[in-house]
Amino acid sequence: MGKSAHRNIAIKEDMTIYNAAAQKHMLLEALSGCEELDLDLSQVSEMDTAGFQVLLLTKREATQASKTMRLTAHSKAVTELLDLYNMASYFGDPLVIPANE
Amino acid sequence: MDAIQQAFVVESRELLQMMEDNLLQLENSGGDPEIINAIFRAAHTIKGGAGVIECRFIVEFTHVLENLLDEMRAGTIVPDRALIEVLLACSDQLGKLMGCVESDAEPDEELNQASRSLREQLQRYLGAPASASKDVALSEAEVQAVGGGEMETDNWHISLRFGPDVLRKGMDPASFLRYLMEFGQIVQLVTLPDAMPAADEMDAESCYLGFEISYKSDADKARIESVFDFVRDDCVIHIWPPHSKLADFIASIESLPEDTMRLGEILIKCGALTQNELDLALDAQSDREVDAPQPKIGEVLVDQGVITPEVVEAAAVKQNKVAEKKNLESQLIRVQAAKLDQLIDLVGEMVIASAGANMLAHKSGETALAEATSVITMLVEQIRDSALQLRMVQIGETFSRFHRVVRDTSRELDKDIELVISGNEAELDKSVVEKLGDPLMHLVRNALDHGIESPQVRIAKGKPPRGTLRLNAYHESGSIAIEITDDGAGLNREKILSKARERELIGPNQTLSDSEAFALIFEPGFSTAEKVTNISGRGVGLDVVKRNITALRGSVEVESKEGQGSTFRIRLPLTLAIIDGFLVGVGKASYVIPLGTVVECIELSEKARTETNNRQYINLRGEVLPFVRLREQFEISEQGGKRENIVVVQYAGQKIGLVVDELMGEFQTVIKPLGTIFKHIKGIGGSTILGSGEVALILDVQSLVALATVQQNRLQSAEAVKV
Repeated sequence: MGKSAHRNIAIKEDMTIYNAAAQKHMLLEALSGCEELDLDLSQVSEMDTAGFQVLLLTKREATQASKTMRLTAHSKAVTELLDLYNMASYFGDPLVIPANE
Repeated sequence: MDAIQQAFVVESRELLQMMEDNLLQLENSGGDPEIINAIFRAAHTIKGGAGVIECRFIVEFTHVLENLLDEMRAGTIVPDRALIEVLLACSDQLGKLMGCVESDAEPDEELNQASRSLREQLQRYLGAPASASKDVALSEAEVQAVGGGEMETDNWHISLRFGPDVLRKGMDPASFLRYLMEFGQIVQLVTLPDAMPAADEMDAESCYLGFEISYKSDADKARIESVFDFVRDDCVIHIWPPHSKLADFIASIESLPEDTMRLGEILIKCGALTQNELDLALDAQSDREVDAPQPKIGEVLVDQGVITPEVVEAAAVKQNKVAEKKNLESQLIRVQAAKLDQLIDLVGEMVIASAGANMLAHKSGETALAEATSVITMLVEQIRDSALQLRMVQIGETFSRFHRVVRDTSRELDKDIELVISGNEAELDKSVVEKLGDPLMHLVRNALDHGIESPQVRIAKGKPPRGTLRLNAYHESGSIAIEITDDGAGLNREKILSKARERELIGPNQTLSDSEAFALIFEPGFSTAEKVTNISGRGVGLDVVKRNITALRGSVEVESKEGQGSTFRIRLPLTLAIIDGFLVGVGKASYVIPLGTVVECIELSEKARTETNNRQYINLRGEVLPFVRLREQFEISEQGGKRENIVVVQYAGQKIGLVVDELMGEFQTVIKPLGTIFKHIKGIGGSTILGSGEVALILDVQSLVALATVQQNRLQSAEAVKV
């Protein structure tokens, strides 16, 4: 696979300190190979501060390289942490707020 | 009203004045971003200050105003005449609300109603712009609502910087925050990822986060601290209770790794600090590091999606401006007027005492002592001058207030009038300035209403449709002259005379000179206006003006040419407390003539004395010089020596001579007011104490000049009749 303009990645495992190092590597790698990166977070059932920092880093690197990184389909765990840290607007992605909550 | 409230009111009133000036300038020059910025800044600072003193009604009102001004700053709302009108009304309304703070009262229903209606008007403008910018407005409004509405100072402030090993030890910052929420409410939280290094060096298992938290809770400090017990060793924690001392707070902030300026902005955002407080901090900082580069606050704001880049640019300018202004301010000290008055009183006493010492020293004949006292006298003189200088203010500020008056009044009257101001830098005593405001206002309104005609009339008369009102000030022989000149219709001499006859102010056959006739308009109840407007013309007024000015030992006169306009000229002494005097003797009594009015002294020769026995004037180098014999004027019985002198004095361009026995030289005089029983004595303005302890009367040159001129006119007309 050569350089493509756009990539979709769905993160399937938890974003916690146990996976953080690997995920950091994977996401930065992915970012370097594309112009636009979409992350599907719908299956992230757990996220801690380490995971959050990985997202933050990726977003920062993307912004610095004038690339686009989008978070899509935030899971409940992700939304909760972003809200707690008051950082949803930093990522600037539309959040879907379930009606029944 | 406590000290903070008072400081707030004083500062806000200044800001309001600035805001008004800028609004007027905006109206004239269009949407200059600098000016809009200045207006925004004023509103912003007022809101911040109101927040500090917990004055909710001002915060609420200013909040909407600030939002609108912000939109103007961003360029999404372009100010037009109607909007400026509303903004001016808002600034007036704020002035009234300040009044409530001053009198420690809640605003009454009428005032609240006015606030509401103005806010609605502002809201209408805010509702107008395109949706893209509206979002911006909304998100900022939210942020500000936290800062302004919630009374930020009521919250705890917690500042956290987690150490790198926290995560590895199995502790998650998020869980501490959640724990915190169990017995309180996180009002606002800002996450600081600044410590996170470049991607390569970033260890995914290290923690790089910091938090600034505004926290509302009834718990005590120990309880809040206990939340962080487990991380105490790996974490920098600062907890400030509500209403913490600002200085401590700032000092701690500076110890944090992030740039102080950026941090300051964040703290404002989470409501820990007000803009005012930040300005103070920045001020302190810039004192230490003069060339500190402007940091990246702008980026922070954009990052947080609060404002658009355009606004940031404006804000950066603002930050510079604020710094400049603060620098300027730090060169000024506010001093209570009462303290200054006390100082000047003391200096006055010192002047008297040193004059006494000087006299005794001379009498003793000891040269060294005389020399020493004369040095002291010289120094005292300098101290007196600098002390008085402290009270001197430029008149420009008083003048510039009239821009608004002229604008509003001319609009109300449907006239087109330009205000031209000159002589701004002329200085006079602050107490005089304060008392000058009302009379000046009256004369200006009078000129606007009765003086300058409507454009139609002006065109019909062959004048330019736009009328001109001039305010000018200049120094003149120890006094200051203030002129209010209009190029309007001028005074109608005949109308004034017939009105005066009607009111029996003058006899039916009495003839008056122009200046005498015009002086009639200062009589009580005298108005020649045919219609009464709500600006002026009710006949209360010019007499009050005259009375106020006279009370300040000043005078007011009017010059007018029908069809070409009038000039009202107010003359006032520069100061009310101390004057340089010229001491003269008549018989045994001493009198002081204000030195500023003395032109020259000449000897009245034996020959001239016999010649002038029956008349009250001499020939001074071909000029008729009327004079007053002080001996006769003050009914001094004992005969003087052989020699008599004439002191030529000048007031308002009129010269007269005062005949005295002895010239005793210059003398510094502290004016002591005379009791009310002496109020009606013509020719005496006050008293003073000589070095010997004797009392000397201070001559009121103004009334003596008037007296001599009238006498001479009478004599001349009597002579004319004889011929």
